[in-house]
Amino acid sequence: MADILLSEAEKTFIVHGVQDDLRVDGRSCTDYRHFRLETDVVSSANGSARVRLGKTDVLVGVKADITVPAWKTPDQGGLQFFVDCSANAAPEFEGRGGEDMARDISSTLARAYSSAKCQKMLKSLCLIPRVHCWVLYIDILILECGGNLYDAASVAVKAALYNTKIPVVTASSTDGDKPELELSDDPYDCRRLDVLSIPCVVTISKIGYGHVVDASMEEEACCLATLITAVTADGNLTAVKKSKGGSLHPESIYEMLETCQQVGMKVHAVLMEKLREEEEHQQMAMGSQHKAKGFL
Amino acid sequence: MEVDIRITKDILSKSEIFHKQPERLVTPGDVITTDTGFMRGHGTYMEDDKLHASVAGIVERVNKLICVQPLKTRYNGEVGDVVVGRITEVGQRRWKVDTNSRLDSALLLSSVNLPGGELRRKTTEDELMMRQYLSEGDLISAEVQAVYHDGTLSLHTRSLKYGKLMQGTLVRVSSSLIKRRKTHFHNLPCGAGVILGNNGYIWISSTVNEEMDNTGGFVQDLNPVSLADREVIARLRTCIQGLAGERMMLYDTSILYAYEASLLHTVKDLLKPEVMAEVVSFTSQQLESAL
Repeated sequence: MADILLSEAEKTFIVHGVQDDLRVDGRSCTDYRHFRLETDVVSSANGSARVRLGKTDVLVGVKADITVPAWKTPDQGGLQFFVDCSANAAPEFEGRGGEDMARDISSTLARAYSSAKCQKMLKSLCLIPRVHCWVLYIDILILECGGNLYDAASVAVKAALYNTKIPVVTASSTDGDKPELELSDDPYDCRRLDVLSIPCVVTISKIGYGHVVDASMEEEACCLATLITAVTADGNLTAVKKSKGGSLHPESIYEMLETCQQVGMKVHAVLMEKLREEEEHQQMAMGSQHKAKGFL
Repeated sequence: MEVDIRITKDILSKSEIFHKQPERLVTPGDVITTDTGFMRGHGTYMEDDKLHASVAGIVERVNKLICVQPLKTRYNGEVGDVVVGRITEVGQRRWKVDTNSRLDSALLLSSVNLPGGELRRKTTEDELMMRQYLSEGDLISAEVQAVYHDGTLSLHTRSLKYGKLMQGTLVRVSSSLIKRRKTHFHNLPCGAGVILGNNGYIWISSTVNEEMDNTGGFVQDLNPVSLADREVIARLRTCIQGLAGERMMLYDTSILYAYEASLLHTVKDLLKPEVMAEVVSFTSQQLESAL
């Protein structure tokens, strides 16, 4: 993440603000900045979403392909995360500078999605056990970095998966050993994924004696330690990762995780409501000229 | 615990703010005039006996001088401007300051006041102590003393009202939105002090007590700012960002009107785009009626 310079007095101002539960922009410690969400922005992908959180801008595209299931999980499909921190996002992402951040984000998301909670969705991606399954290639493009990349990326991934339309496939008569797969002729004949059990990432940063959710760039420059947690809609944690050099007391960790759970449940509730609203709106607007606002 | 997610249909499609139409809006290459009697100012060039614009902006004419004020540009310094800058480097007898211009500005050691207000020549010991006074990341308010031929600004803090800035917050806007006024240091009646740097960096802090605090930044006050002051600062910050988003000129009156209009809502509500749009449109109406 970009390192911005701050003076000691500015940092003191931010730290005292967090203790008083009134941050520099007026939010309380558990408030998110304003999200802007739009799905179905990339027409060539099976599913896509674009999320803008403050100054952070993330674009996610999901493409589906048929492959052989992995050895260890013969009855499940696969998810592959690719993150690209574009050089547009921050000056230090130029050339290969963004690779570390990209690797961190993709490995955290992969770990979050590999828990037992998401197995139901992965099982639905299986076509014929041990022979064929769907693999979803999830590409995340960081367009602008304004703090809190993990949360924005995970909300965009969830929205893109909600939007994903996988073609209906039937297995035709076996020609020898291998069953042949047939895609339905109708391009609109697809099925959707059940995204209720997949997690969202909530990043919580320790600043002074308090902790904040959704830190802006200035707040990130003052924080000592960060907990990146993946929370499901019913409040279960699927992955926890600590980053930055400061140390955390076990009691603080416990408090921070509790906050993450509550905030995560709220994020899921609001996100699902908005995704359903957007889908209804898109269906109603299908007849008339529907102008997508994500890209020109 | 607030999570606010907006989808496309919730976003206002068009801004309802009424902007006065500028008389002459030009783009690079446009012919301004074919009359050769004019002197050409900034933002113009002469080709084939015709005066063309070299930047996108508004044509301004003062008697025989024609210039084009660009809409979006890095800060071009003028002598006497008040700027707010951040120290990026500590060099030999000078500090490099980031002022949102094409090049970092220079603050020479000979242009700052010594602690205690002594007036003497700076020695080599002073050179070695530079970092103790201003180090990387510190914010200062200064005045432009001179402009070098390559465009670098030379700053000075030779007055007690300039110097290192203490607790507060910095807002960055485009430098073309700051109106040139007689004074850029304002102690707003709502209980906050604002420094409107000509370079687009605006510093918001709690009220500066005139007699006590004009020490040039030598006395560090790291006591916690009170909650009421903090709320005023947060409110001002959001108002200024809202006004800048609608490209309205920023000066003490417009900021005050926006603040008064924002008092109807809580500080958290102001972060919502439609609430901010309402506040900004109310402010622009008040400014129009005041004219």
